[in-house]
This record gives sequence, C-alpha cells and structure tokens, in this order.
Amino acid sequence: MEISPLLEMRNVTKIYSNGVLANSNVNFSLEKGEIHAIVGENGAGKSTLMKMIFGLEEPSEGEIYLNGKKVKFQSPQDAIDHGIGMVHQHFMLVPSFSVVDNIILGMEPIKGFNIDYKDAVRMTVELSAKYNLAIEPLAKIEDLSVGMKQKVEILKVLIRGANILILDEPTAVLTPQETEELFRELLGLKREGHTIVFISHKLKEVKEICDRITIMRAGKTEGVFQVADVTEQEISRLMVGRDVILKYDKTNHQPGSPVLRVEHVSYAESDAKPLLNNISFTIREGEIVGIAGVEGNGQAELIKALTGQISDFTGHVAIGEHRLQGHTMKEIRDLGMSYIPEDRMHQGTAADASISDNLISRFYRFKAWNKGLFLNKKKITEFSEEQIKRYKVRCSGPEQLIGMLSGGNMQKIVVARECDDKPKLLIAEQPTRGVDVGAAQLIHQRLLEMRQEGCAILLLSADLNEILEVSDSLLVMYNGQFAAYFPDAKQVKEEDLGFAMLGLKRHNEDQIRRAIHV
Amino acid sequence: MFKAKHFEKIRTLAVILISLLLTFVIIAFVSDNPLYTIAVFLFEPISSVSHIGNVVEMAIPLMFTGLSVVLLFRTNMFNLGAEGIFYFAGIVASTIAIHVTMSAWFHPILAILAGAITGALLSAIPGILKAKWNVNELVTSLMFNSILFGIGLYFLNYKLRDPQAFANSSYKMQPSALLHNLIPGTRIHTGLILVIISIIVVHYFVYRTKWGYELRMTGSNRSFAEYSGINTTKVIIIVHLIAGFLAGMGGSVEVLGMYTRFQWTALPGYGLDGALVALLAKNNPLSVIGAALFLAYIRIGANQMSILSDVPSEMISIIQAVIILLISAEQFLKFWKTRMLLKEAGIRE
Amino acid sequence: MNNFMHLLFSTDFAFSVLRVMTPILFAALGALISNKAGIVNIGLEGTMLVAALTGVITSAYSGSAWVGLLCAVLSGVIIAALLGFFTLKFKTHIILGGIAVNMFASGGTVFILYLVSGDKGASTSLKSGVLPNLHIPLIQDIPVLGPILSGHNVLTYVSLVAVAGLYYLLAKTPLGLQIRAVGENPKAAQSVGVKVNRIQFISLLISGFFASLGGAYMSMGYLSLFTRDMTAGRGWIGIAAEAVGRSTTIGTFLSALLFGAADALANALQILKLPAELIGTTPYIVTVIALMVYAISESKKKKRKLTKAKLKETKSS
Repeated sequence: MEISPLLEMRNVTKIYSNGVLANSNVNFSLEKGEIHAIVGENGAGKSTLMKMIFGLEEPSEGEIYLNGKKVKFQSPQDAIDHGIGMVHQHFMLVPSFSVVDNIILGMEPIKGFNIDYKDAVRMTVELSAKYNLAIEPLAKIEDLSVGMKQKVEILKVLIRGANILILDEPTAVLTPQETEELFRELLGLKREGHTIVFISHKLKEVKEICDRITIMRAGKTEGVFQVADVTEQEISRLMVGRDVILKYDKTNHQPGSPVLRVEHVSYAESDAKPLLNNISFTIREGEIVGIAGVEGNGQAELIKALTGQISDFTGHVAIGEHRLQGHTMKEIRDLGMSYIPEDRMHQGTAADASISDNLISRFYRFKAWNKGLFLNKKKITEFSEEQIKRYKVRCSGPEQLIGMLSGGNMQKIVVARECDDKPKLLIAEQPTRGVDVGAAQLIHQRLLEMRQEGCAILLLSADLNEILEVSDSLLVMYNGQFAAYFPDAKQVKEEDLGFAMLGLKRHNEDQIRRAIHV
Repeated sequence: MFKAKHFEKIRTLAVILISLLLTFVIIAFVSDNPLYTIAVFLFEPISSVSHIGNVVEMAIPLMFTGLSVVLLFRTNMFNLGAEGIFYFAGIVASTIAIHVTMSAWFHPILAILAGAITGALLSAIPGILKAKWNVNELVTSLMFNSILFGIGLYFLNYKLRDPQAFANSSYKMQPSALLHNLIPGTRIHTGLILVIISIIVVHYFVYRTKWGYELRMTGSNRSFAEYSGINTTKVIIIVHLIAGFLAGMGGSVEVLGMYTRFQWTALPGYGLDGALVALLAKNNPLSVIGAALFLAYIRIGANQMSILSDVPSEMISIIQAVIILLISAEQFLKFWKTRMLLKEAGIRE
Repeated sequence: MNNFMHLLFSTDFAFSVLRVMTPILFAALGALISNKAGIVNIGLEGTMLVAALTGVITSAYSGSAWVGLLCAVLSGVIIAALLGFFTLKFKTHIILGGIAVNMFASGGTVFILYLVSGDKGASTSLKSGVLPNLHIPLIQDIPVLGPILSGHNVLTYVSLVAVAGLYYLLAKTPLGLQIRAVGENPKAAQSVGVKVNRIQFISLLISGFFASLGGAYMSMGYLSLFTRDMTAGRGWIGIAAEAVGRSTTIGTFLSALLFGAADALANALQILKLPAELIGTTPYIVTVIALMVYAISESKKKKRKLTKAKLKETKSS
C-alpha cells in the first residue's frame, strides 16, 4: 500500500478577483520530516500556493489533502488547527506589543476576565528553551533586531502546535551570521520531527539545507527533485526557462567629469546620534557607483538627502554647479535627476492610474508634451506603446491600470520612465527588489546602456550579486559613514565586502577619499 | 453575453433596481393604496411638462454640488463642506441681488461670481488645514457646515429679513438679478446652461490638462505625486478652491434661478446629496448629469407621492442610504464577476 | 456681564458641563473603540439619532422608560451591525457606509416619526418616558462638589462608568488585546488566527452600543422628547474629541469634558443677549480649533517620533 504524503495539493487553480491567474493546475506534495524548497521567479505563484495551504486564500479549483484526508481551509485558524504554521516574509508582529503579547495573541491564557500574564511568560520561556530560540519575553517588538523578530515569529508558530512550518523567504532580511543561526535552528526543528517548507530565491541556501525542491514557473510546477540530484544551473534553467546570464559585458571607458558632488554631508534628527556622518563622494558621467551595506546604516537617509526628501542636513550636495539644498522635488528633477525609488507601490507608481499616466509623470508638464491647454494625447499614447514594446511589458495596452500588472512589469514601467529623456543623474534604489530574473536582467542592461550614454548612476542595492556585477566602483556604508571604497567593483572579493558591511574592517581615510573626483 | 469589463455598469444597474424594489416594499407596508402610490412615485415625474421641468430644475443644484464633490473625492478628500458653502453662497448672492443695482446682464453675473468666490475662499480653509497639517477634512467640513449655517441664518434674520414678509424671508431680490427662464411652462432657468458648461470644462480639465493630471495623481497616490515633483499641498488647496467655487456657484444659481426672496431657514441638503451624485457617477464628471437626473427623478417622485398619497417624502433618504451602501460595496455581486473571469480564463487556455 | 461671570463660576455651570458632556462622551467612546480596532465609525451621529427616536417611541408604547432604553440600545447595535455587515462583508468603504447611516437617520427618523405621530418636527404627541435622575446619598451632601456631581441623569453616571469599563476592557482582557492588535497590525492578528473581521465587527457593535446610549440620553434625559435632527452634530464632536484625546481612554474623556464645557458655555452666553444663531456655532468653532491645535502638535510630534525610530534602527543594527 502506498503511504500518502503528509500534505498534498491536487490540480489546484487560483484566479484572483482582478482576473490574475496565479496558479493553474498545480500539484504539490510534502513528506513528513523533510525540508522542502519552493523556488521560482517573482510572480511564479509560490506565495499564492502557500497562502492557500495556510487558509489565507481559497483555491478556485482543486483539492488539498492532509494525511490523505481532504481538507478545506477557510481561514488561517483552520490551517493552524491542522498543525500548519507560517512565518511570513514581512513580519506579522504588532510593533507596540511585547514579545509575550505577540506570542499569546489569539490564545491568551485567562484568569477570571483578565489575561494571565504570569502564565503567558512561563509558556513563552519554556518554549524558547525547548527549541533553543532565546528571546526576551518582555521586550517590545519595535526595539528588537530583525533576527530576533524572526525568532518571535517562529515561536508564535510553534506555540500553536505547528508541525508543518512554511517559511517565506526567511533569509532575505538576515545578515549572514543570522542566516547561519536560522539554519541551525531549522535543522533542530527537523530533528524534532517538524516538516518545513522553505521558499527562497537563493539557490545556494536551498542546496545547503533542503532535501527536496519544487520548481515553479508562471503559475505551474516545473518539477520536483531531490536537491542532491540537481545543480544550481539546472534549477535556474527550469525557473526561467533559459540560462541566466549572470555576467554582463561592460565596455571599458573613462568616466567624464563629476555630475553629483556630495561634500561633508552630516545629518541627525534633533540631538540624536548622526545618521549620516561626514559623507563625501562624487559620481562622474558614465560611471555607476554602487553603495552596499546592511540595511539601516544610513543609506536610506543618504538617498533622502540626495532626492530632496530631507533638507535639514549640513554639508553640500550639488548636481553640476547647482546646489540641491532647499529645492523642491520638481526643481531637483529639472536639474536632470531621475530616481527609481525602493518602494514602487508606495512611491514609484499610482496603482489605480493607467500605464500611460504612470509613464508621463516626469514629462507631463513640459511644453513638448502639451498642445495649448491640453496634454498631447497622441504623443503620450505613442510614447507609451513604444516603451511597452521596448521593455516587453506584459499588459493589454497603455490604458490598462498599472496595479493589474505583476511586480516585475510594474518595475519596468518605473525604470522606463526614469531612464527616458537622458537624465544627467540616475539614483536607483533597489531597482530589482522583488522582481523576476528576466525583468532584473532587462533593468540591469538598461542601466549599463545609460552608463554608456554618459549618465551618472548611483546604485543602492542589498543584492550583492547585482551590486558587484553592475557597478564600476563600490562604496560601503556602515553606521552613517563610508567604511570602504573599492575603485574597481570587479576586483572585490565577497569576503572583503562582508567584513566592511559588518564593520569588522575599515579602509583608512585616504583610501575612502579616493571616491572624490575633481 | 456579459463580459467582465461591463461589470461596473451591470452592478450600478443592479443597485438601482434593488433600491427601487425596496422602495416598492416600503410603500407596500406603509401605504393604504400601494399600487397607486407606486404609480405616482414612478410616473408622476414624467406625467407633464411642468413635472419634467421640476426634475431638471432639481437636477441643476445636484449637478453643481455633485461636480464639486467629484473633484474632492477624486483627490481622496472626504469633504462634505459643499452643504454649508451652497447655503452661504446663496446668502451672498441674494445680498448682492437685493442691495446692488446694475444692468440686467451684469447683475446675475456679479451675484453668481460673488457667491462662487466666497465659496472658493471658504472651502480653502479646510483644504489648507488638511494639506498643511492633515486635519481631518471630514470633521472640519461638517463643523463648517454648522458654523456657516449659523452665520448665514444670523445674516438672514438681522440684515436681510423683510419685516413685511409673512415667513422668515429676505427682501425681494431685484428682477435684474434673477436668471432668465429657459423653457416656457417650466421653471428651468439659464443655470442649466451654466452647469452643463461647468461639467464639460471640468471633464476636459481633469482628463486632458496637466493640472488635471496633477489632481488625478495626487488622488491616486499622494506619495507618488510628490515623488514625481507635484506640489500636492498646492493641488489639494486648488481642488478645494475649485470645488468651493462650484458649490458656491450652485448655491447662487439656485437662489437667483428659483426664488425671488432668500428663504432657507434650514440647510437645503444639496451638499450632502452631492456626495451621493458623485458616488453614482463613479467620480466621473460627465456621468454627473445622469446621476443628478436620476436622483432628481426619484426626489420629485417622492415629493409627488407625499402630495398625492399617504407616504411622506422622507422615505427617499432610506433609499438613498441603501444606494450608497450597495454602490460602494466592492464585494457586492463580485462572486459573479469572478465566475465570469474564470469562464473567460477557461476559454483562453 | 457680571451676571455672566457669576454664572460661569457657579456650581450650576459645572453641573451643566457634565450634563451636556454626556452625549459627546458616549459618542467619543464609540469612536474610540472602533478606531482602536482600525475601523472608523462615522455613523455615530446617525446611530444616536435612530436610538433617540427608538427610545421615545418604544417608551411611549410600553409605558416604561427602561424598555425604551433597552430598545434604543438594541436599535443602535442593529445599525452598527448593518454597517459592519456592509463594510466587512461587502467591503463598502467605511466612510461612505457611515455617510449612508447618517443619511438614513436624518430622513428615516422623520419618516418614522411621521408614521407614528403624524408630526414631522417633534414627538410632542407621544407620551414618552424619561430616565430618572440620581441623587447620590453621601456625595450630595459635600459642599460645592455635591451639587455638581449629584442629581444627574442615570446615563451621565453610566457614561462615567463606561470610561472605566472601556479602559479595563482595552488594557486587561483578551478581547482588548485582540482589538488593539487588529487596529495596529491586522495582518499580524490574522496570521495567528484572530478573526479580524469578527473583532472589528464586535468593536463596531460596542461602538453602536455607546452611541445609542448617547442617543437615548438626548431624548430621554437631556430632553424628554424627540425632535428632528436633535443630535445636532454631537456625534461628530465626539469623533473630534476622540482624535484630540489622542485615542487614549483618559484623553478622550478629558477632551469630551472640554467640548462639554464649550457647549455649556454657549448655553451660558445666551444670558448676554447675543444673537442665538452666532452663539450656537460656539461648540463647532471650538471643535475646529481643538482639531487644528491637535493636528499641528501631532505633525510636530510625528517628526520627533521619526527621529526616535530612526535612532532605534541604527542602534539595533
């Protein structure tokens, strides 16, 4: 007799109410006690699949079986009751609550009408000892580090008796050290008999700790393998249907004169510790300067200072001869600055406006785009169609609402807009975060073209591969300062980069000053 | 037959049908002669030229306030201040109509402009508070309605009131200030032309000009607009100015077109109805015409019903509430759309 | 003027502050509980109005003010349930849902009043009940405080108890924890199986419960009949009071007290023979000013808070 798998999904299809077909006829099975990887590009349908297992979404068609019995999860509670737990990529924690509050939420021990906090703390401490996940029960979540928050998330799942744990890109936000710690914890959980679903982009990590792997592409499964039996190249081929070119051909050329000058920029809010501490560098025509660093070391503030979102900093920022401070976003843009923001939903697009509307936000007020009192509709439509074709945006046309597009296609629109019309300076903040490999490549190539055309580019990215491949030179931020400058990004060893990012090694002042060109 | 993309239209139609059905049910419970009452409600508004005229007359102020609210809703501003502005602009316009003497052409223009500009300035206050400090515009605009009503009533009682008039009403406005009749046999006045022109101008303004683009982007995603270099504080204040201008124009036109004395001793309610018109019109300027006509139709139906039968006209506010609830209910009939989408996806596969 | 100052510093004035505060406080508590759960109930004004009418009609027919109160509360909770059903199930925009409730109430109450009493203005023809005033044995004998605190309508005391009750509910009980979690991060609550919709629904019901007590007070305590649009913006002032009170129970109570004082002041000013139309706008002007002051200080505070958060970020990394 065949033993039925722990969890099985048969012919599952999910179509969202906005018409997006997220999963089509997907089959998936999970064996007890394994760590099972699910990989796929963004928009391949991994998240939707997991949401259905966890009861956040219901399948439009198809069935889910648990221990051979058909189940129907209508809410996360149903899934939790069946021993399924999920650790979300974006933490599901209440920031102003304590660790204990977060862990007991929804299953509070009661004494009379009140919450029994004594018992709650005891439960939390016992559990964290059992699984070797050390936490401070009474600390406030908003005061914790990312790694700590993740531990709280895992404890939350375990205290609810989960034996299947779904982890959605758990390492995306962790430092290498924290990642190692997480892997030790996961292997510990596996030894205790837990089953783990591990969703990831990082094939190296998948190879390191997973037993089996399911590969998804365009809403369908492309196959299930023993991890030991497939190479990273084979996996990536199945994910994107072609070999991923990780190397770009870059022509050697001498950068021109400086476009962006940043001199002695410091910034602090009220009397607090400085978030930017005496930052100086330049970016020249036709040069891509990468800025690497663990998130929260001042990169965000630097970008804000450069893009006019904060103006009360000291020091000097200029594009060409024009000082930036005190200017509005419009004036800064008129000086020739373009900006691909980190968060395309928040800043980069207006979701319920059309693709056209989203494409013209840099141009609509220029004379060339208006005819008398009115916008030049013909020109706008032609421009939109051209960009859609050029960037291979999958959509029904320029009038489609941009919110209907997948993340990658949406980002292409942002990039198309910010890169058109020859800006002098482009600030690209995480330009390919959460974007599928195909779109990422297209975006990288566009950045390199811009470099070729003489644009000065600042590339800020948490993706080390990207920053090493695309940048010409590299700056590393640590604690509001530059900790290292590598004039040639090609020569940088990942190890050296890691040391600089974690503040273990610092270049001296003279080395860092080389980032200033006259 | 039914495509998913027609879904919104089908749904609006369904909402109207359901609310009419509900009207019939309420009438059936309340009325002694329900069939007659329903017939009055449904057909009396189109039973004669003068009744059709009534529908159009009532639609004029509804279009003004509806258009005003469309602009505010489009920019994501929940501002219901059109009510107080409509009233106060009426006071301003009638003051000029009473106390200023000038030629027949310029008199109404001056009165309407004065009302509209007053409206724009008054509307700017909650706009500035919202844009600069994020003061909740819904609450301030409602407070402003009460404040403007209080001040307006003070003016009526202490400055404009004609002691010789029977009711609480102002001195007679000078004939030179009143708007001309457009269609004999009705009271439809030249305000109709004014409102249609306003609607067309606003339509082109919103969809075809760069300023309209700034307005739409600010409403769709304020962060995106700011990131794009749009001065959203300015946009929000300007939208409030225009919306106030339109509401003020509506109040002035209504007073000069329909009355010979100012006699509102309560808020006339057109401002709040403007929100309903905007909803029915799905925040689309051109659709304001149809939405206002529909609302005016059921209003006149209800009025006739309260005159000719035993059901009071306030019943209509119950129906209006149901329309608002259903029309803004995203999920209402959504299952149907999902089924259509599934079908369409299946065909494509 | 002398008369006026005399009145202002009398125990009568202090007494009247509590009297006019009561409906505002109820509305503010209704706004507080729903906002804590992340759902903005702007239908409070309408809910109060419906409850006020229901109380009058049912007490007139039953002959008991208490039955009237019970039915008033029931009607408020039903309105809240309807609003909850549409906003949570059908995803009606909560603000528009609230507008619908208010629209229904302002015309619907007149409609029903007419059907029941044949009058569209007031319920004078109905013999409706009035809830009793309480003289509290020990407190009423204290000089100065006694005449201020004793002798109020029973619902005024209920409103004060409700402040304490709501504080306890939010701070100590599992439901309170879940309500706060849902309001601050609904996804976090959902991820541990807390039914967000259910918690928001419960909060809305409690919100409707408070609003209906405020409505019942209007027609069965403050006045002894129903008149058209008698709540006169008190629901909205309550919403403003909640915001100015920074969404804390104590803050909400204090700002409701402030608005009550403004309202009482408006009544007292009538002694000066100023035009009633202008005096009547006092509470609304005070509300706008208070909201403005609150919002300006809030936007300053936000800047400071941002600094703190940033600091923490840099510290932890």
